[in-house]
Amino acid sequence: MSTLMEVPASKTKREVLDQAVIRFAGDSGDGMQVTGNQFTNTVALYGNDIATFPDYPAEIRAPAGTLPGVSGFQLHFSSGEVHTPGDSVDVLIAMNPAALKVNVTDLKPNGILIVNSDSFEESDLRKAKLTVNPLEDHSLDKFRVFPVELQRLTRVALQHLGLDAKASDRCKNFFALGMCYWLYNRSMEPTVRWIEDKFKKKPLLVEANKLALKAGYSYCEATEAFQISYEIPPAQLSPGLYRNLSGNQALAMGFVTAAQKAGLKLFLGSYPITPASDILHELSQYKNFGVLTFQAEDEIASITSAIGAAYSGALAITTTSGPGMALKTEALGLAVATELPLVICDIQRGGPSTGLPTKTEQADLLQALFGRNSEAPIPVLAAATPGDCFWIAVEASRIAIKYMVPVIVLSDGYLANGAEPWRIPNWDEIPAIDVKFATNPEGFQPYKRDPQTLARPWAVPGTRGLEHRIGGLEKQDVTGNINYEPLNHENMVRIRAAKVEAIVQDIPNQLPNGDPEGDLLIVSWGSTYGAITQAVSGQRAKGRKIGHLHLRYLHPLPGNIGDILKRYKKVLVPELNMGQLLWILRAKFLVNAVGLNKIQGRPFKQSELDQKIEEVLGL
Amino acid sequence: MTTTALPPLTKKDFQTDQEVRWCPGCGDYAILAAVQSVFPELGIPRENFVIVSGIGCSSRFPYYMHTFGFHTIHGRAPAVATGIKANRPDLEVWVVTGDGDALSIGGNHTMHMLRRNVGIKVLLFNNRIYGLTKGQYSPTSEFNKITKSTPFGSPDRPFNPVSLAIGAEATFVARSVDVFQSHLKDTLKAAAAHHGSAFVEILQNCNIFNDGAWTTLTEKEARSEQVLQLEHGKPLVYGRNRDKGIRRKLDGDIEVVQLGNGISESDLVLHDAHHPRPSYAFLLSHMEGRPGFPTPVGVFRAWDDLPRYEDVINEQVRQVIQKKGPGDLTKLLRAGDTWEVK
Repeated sequence: MSTLMEVPASKTKREVLDQAVIRFAGDSGDGMQVTGNQFTNTVALYGNDIATFPDYPAEIRAPAGTLPGVSGFQLHFSSGEVHTPGDSVDVLIAMNPAALKVNVTDLKPNGILIVNSDSFEESDLRKAKLTVNPLEDHSLDKFRVFPVELQRLTRVALQHLGLDAKASDRCKNFFALGMCYWLYNRSMEPTVRWIEDKFKKKPLLVEANKLALKAGYSYCEATEAFQISYEIPPAQLSPGLYRNLSGNQALAMGFVTAAQKAGLKLFLGSYPITPASDILHELSQYKNFGVLTFQAEDEIASITSAIGAAYSGALAITTTSGPGMALKTEALGLAVATELPLVICDIQRGGPSTGLPTKTEQADLLQALFGRNSEAPIPVLAAATPGDCFWIAVEASRIAIKYMVPVIVLSDGYLANGAEPWRIPNWDEIPAIDVKFATNPEGFQPYKRDPQTLARPWAVPGTRGLEHRIGGLEKQDVTGNINYEPLNHENMVRIRAAKVEAIVQDIPNQLPNGDPEGDLLIVSWGSTYGAITQAVSGQRAKGRKIGHLHLRYLHPLPGNIGDILKRYKKVLVPELNMGQLLWILRAKFLVNAVGLNKIQGRPFKQSELDQKIEEVLGL
Repeated sequence: MTTTALPPLTKKDFQTDQEVRWCPGCGDYAILAAVQSVFPELGIPRENFVIVSGIGCSSRFPYYMHTFGFHTIHGRAPAVATGIKANRPDLEVWVVTGDGDALSIGGNHTMHMLRRNVGIKVLLFNNRIYGLTKGQYSPTSEFNKITKSTPFGSPDRPFNPVSLAIGAEATFVARSVDVFQSHLKDTLKAAAAHHGSAFVEILQNCNIFNDGAWTTLTEKEARSEQVLQLEHGKPLVYGRNRDKGIRRKLDGDIEVVQLGNGISESDLVLHDAHHPRPSYAFLLSHMEGRPGFPTPVGVFRAWDDLPRYEDVINEQVRQVIQKKGPGDLTKLLRAGDTWEVK
């Protein structure tokens, strides 16, 4: 099969581009996520910078061919820096009329549209609620349309293997992938390796998928269908060893790393919930790092078991999404009152209630900051990119242990499933995490605090002479004895708040990107980092004086935020919610900031940001 | 860890300086005394005991025990305890809970902890009432009971805690009574000796909101006429004159029989607490509340052949390490396809 790996010289024209956006769209059973991930991995390995946007329905298999069943995977790859998956696409692969109908509005004029023409029968059109065949009514005339009989050609390529039609049809996504590799002059080798590994117990499927991939490639080669192919040279990333990483993978690896840095066992208590479950799946594979994963009976047991593990000396974490956060609320208060180290990850999705399980949103910020009974301050950190999830996991663990406090990490569906090239750090680039278990019974008191951090001692069961009682009832400082006296309660409430505020001493003052002062400051947090970075860079290239302050620490905020806000004439806060950070900034700093708010379960587009920036600047 | 031999522990070693805040006359005092006298006999270092509780009168228990103690939130003690035991199988973890805490708000955790056979001892203080919230009916209150929240009678059918635990296939299930001091201590010792989950229902009086909750069993006369003491390998006999017993019927059910007139102890059911299947223990648990039947106390079921949850998950870790070698972080971070940018 050696010819499979080679990229033969083509007779067709080859054009060098600096970037491209490609979207694979099909039925949720068509393997679009696998196809997209394979293409991503290949171009990342080649050295392009990338950003991805997987977009799939909540239903595992919505009725085949229907509009709600459409699953998509978008990839932006470039020889320059990439921060977003792109507003519109250069190449759209549509496996059926529903996928075409849902996605074609995002295809650029003159963009390449590859459609599976085998799926445009009367019944297919009906499922997509189309009355006329879009391949025939000239509605697609502004695109370069390539109808390909993906189903029939795949069957022909595999006919000698003796697979049934259904199994053969399942390989058609690899036929399409092969075509895309030809179109962008990419080697099939990484995908071949993946296929061989993935189906190693089913040699027939290895053969079938490899053949389908190769057939797609050869089809383009033989038919010269496209007349043109593209080349996108590698990007100039900062030197180092890279891998492709999604946000959920990064969180899982970050926590394993933090546990190793701290010399602790890692305990995950979790209950399956979209889009957080992959963290549980990832961590359950790392048992040789001493990781214990506990799939609890519910969200409440997942956090309370983690509290038990923290109490007994593990680095304990729990992972969930918004509805699960709501259920964990009372236990969060217990972790605050007992002052135990714990990291809670909320991978946000659209809400309220069950909402949009597979779509992204940033609307749990206020829940993270305030969603508990009484005064229960908790530090809140938010990851900016998929790769940043790794660093946020390490930082949250460090703060939790140093200050003996629960810490909330906010990620979202976009970061969780999106991927980017990630520079792999060396051991000594990762911050140290010091653990000091109490061991000396002499003068031991469960709530005697470190004067600098206000942390109480971590005194784990099994330590002779340190027997003591803790709990959710109000207690006296130092002794930890139950105490309901009015002034004691006020004192304890203030101490718990002061302890969280003390973390400011550990957070670097933050400098805005772009202009250090000027006409407009954009303040953001979470997964909007990429889109806003790209928009600010574009606007500054046009000579506009704009700074961008992206917050990773949301509670406590870095100490210099108030000063920075004063250096700009206007402040804009774009968020995928109704204006939650905006509300905080206005309340805390009395700044007349305005919001850009999008609540569609989707990330910002460049055009939306550009339009608002120009509006605020009065342009 | 020091290995110096320490003087043997005494009851006093398990008492704290905290003022006990249960109502005078509460059944909890007797249970506290029994636990404090049993713990020193177990040969376990004091620092290895962890008592975890939820919310309710019984859940104040950890404050009065000089061990590690964690007073958590309502219903969640079994889940917190599971986290402790999973992380530290070497610790001796006891959960103290009540009928509302364990069977109402925390029913889910109780059931799943028992299903997993986590090596935790659960003491469920059953006074058939919500005491700390001042007298509402609980999931073990009798049907039609008049309480603060049911002035016209409770419409709920009660749970039988022992049936529930056996239904969840708990590997150790027992019942004792606050005022049966020596029986209670023996039952606690039997629970302590069990490796897997041990569930002990302790019938307990609330002299403020449900006084006389169990007088039908605890009055002097009733003690022998209404209570059947279960002993493994012995026939099911009871009565002041040991003249009544439990016999199997042909249809598989059981009946109360009067001994004599051709019926002897050899006709009675021999108590088998070690049976691997829970059906027989379940049948026994259903005697309670059946007209004419006594209420069994003692060990219903003690089948200890099931591995403990904490051992299974930690063994899994050991096996994966053996197979793959201890985790190498550099390898983990560099796993999969990587590329170098110069």
